[in-house]
Amino acid sequence: MKVWKCAQCGYVYDEAQGWPEDDIAPGTRWQDIPDDWSCPDCGAAKSDFLMVQVA
Amino acid sequence: MTATDDRTARVPARVPAPTDPRWSDPKRYLWLLGLFVPMQPFIAWGLVTATGSDVLWFWGPFFIFVLLPLLDTVIGTDSLNPPDEAVSWLEADRYYRWCTYAFLPLQYVALLWACIVWTTWDIGTAGKIGLAITVGVVGGVAINTAHELGHKKDELERWLSKVALAQTGYGHFYLEHNRGHHVRVATPEDPASSRLGESFYAFLPRTVLGSLRSSWQLETARFARDGRSRWSVRNDVLNAWAMSVVLLGGLLVAFGLEIAPYLVIQAIFGFSLLEVVNYLEHYGLLRQKKGERYERTRPEHSWNSNTTASNVLLYHLQRHSDHHANPTRRYQALRSMDDAPQLPSGYGAMMVLAYVTPLWRRVMDPRLLAHYGGDVTRCNIQPSRRAAVLARYGASVGTDA
Repeated sequence: MKVWKCAQCGYVYDEAQGWPEDDIAPGTRWQDIPDDWSCPDCGAAKSDFLMVQVA
Repeated sequence: MTATDDRTARVPARVPAPTDPRWSDPKRYLWLLGLFVPMQPFIAWGLVTATGSDVLWFWGPFFIFVLLPLLDTVIGTDSLNPPDEAVSWLEADRYYRWCTYAFLPLQYVALLWACIVWTTWDIGTAGKIGLAITVGVVGGVAINTAHELGHKKDELERWLSKVALAQTGYGHFYLEHNRGHHVRVATPEDPASSRLGESFYAFLPRTVLGSLRSSWQLETARFARDGRSRWSVRNDVLNAWAMSVVLLGGLLVAFGLEIAPYLVIQAIFGFSLLEVVNYLEHYGLLRQKKGERYERTRPEHSWNSNTTASNVLLYHLQRHSDHHANPTRRYQALRSMDDAPQLPSGYGAMMVLAYVTPLWRRVMDPRLLAHYGGDVTRCNIQPSRRAAVLARYGASVGTDA
């Protein structure tokens, strides 16, 4: 399980926790998140806005 | 098969080579015109010399508040978007970023030259104040250049962003804009999103002080999370401010205390110019609450404009919706969005309108209400004027409200 951080606003996506608010189940790997998903905090697009792996 | 596999499979057939000659950027060389802005103090000097009229030291405000709106009106609009296939090479072409880097040396040559004029030329106090305001226009537009640079992941560009902010003492903007404003945009919690019923004069102190406070809180929280002291050179508020201290302090040492009032005037005029642009970018727009959180930022949460002149001089800042959706996207690749609410004119004219509150309300309030189908309760309303605003516009809500 990895943790990804939005380089724009600092939002953290933890693969172990997923993001249930958007129906992203706990354990969902980063590469399995749809390309049209965007940062829940600042709206930065996943495809355009690369998240940096922090752990 | 995942979406990624699918996309990879299509790449050879669908995406043209990075140097695809089939599309060329019509604005490519127009971006050099952005460098015209930091030259304004020299243009003011030229005009004063040519006409013998000292009032032309105030050329800077005339340039942005009169000439720019005229150019927007005469030249018209441009909503041409680069094709999706062109975006990657457009972003990779380093020519475009050099257009923004080149702003900085011109900006500081202008400031240095102004210090020489303030201390050694005989142009009278009014002339010196005029020059300070014209230099303030450069400092204000430099915050726009800093904005473009500060959104990038490249360390050099982030550093240059802080350098561009040093002149106006607005170094905290770099942090607050990315981690504060982009998260809270179009909500009552954002100091930099203006509200329906809030005049520019009420907004100005709220955004200046609120953004300052927020940047410090964000950075304090980041250091607390890591268990470190916030009094560190890695504190992005402190290290950005340090650049202002070095720059402005250095100028004071070199030229003497007599330039202090002019440095203050240019800084205040500069950051106030940025804040009037902030005022018109999200006026009254509101993200609705979805449970505990706000809905995601979408194109409809920013006001847009396609006027060519302001877009060219401000690196496509008016294509603001796409910027919020894709904050790291470089200016040359930003797209005009059809589903975003449109300002009636470019930023040049809208800034002037924002200064005249009754006129601003007459033009913008109906547009805002139309955007929300007449439902004033969906707007971001100034709390202290909520009752008055509802009374004024509530009638148009309809009987079922």
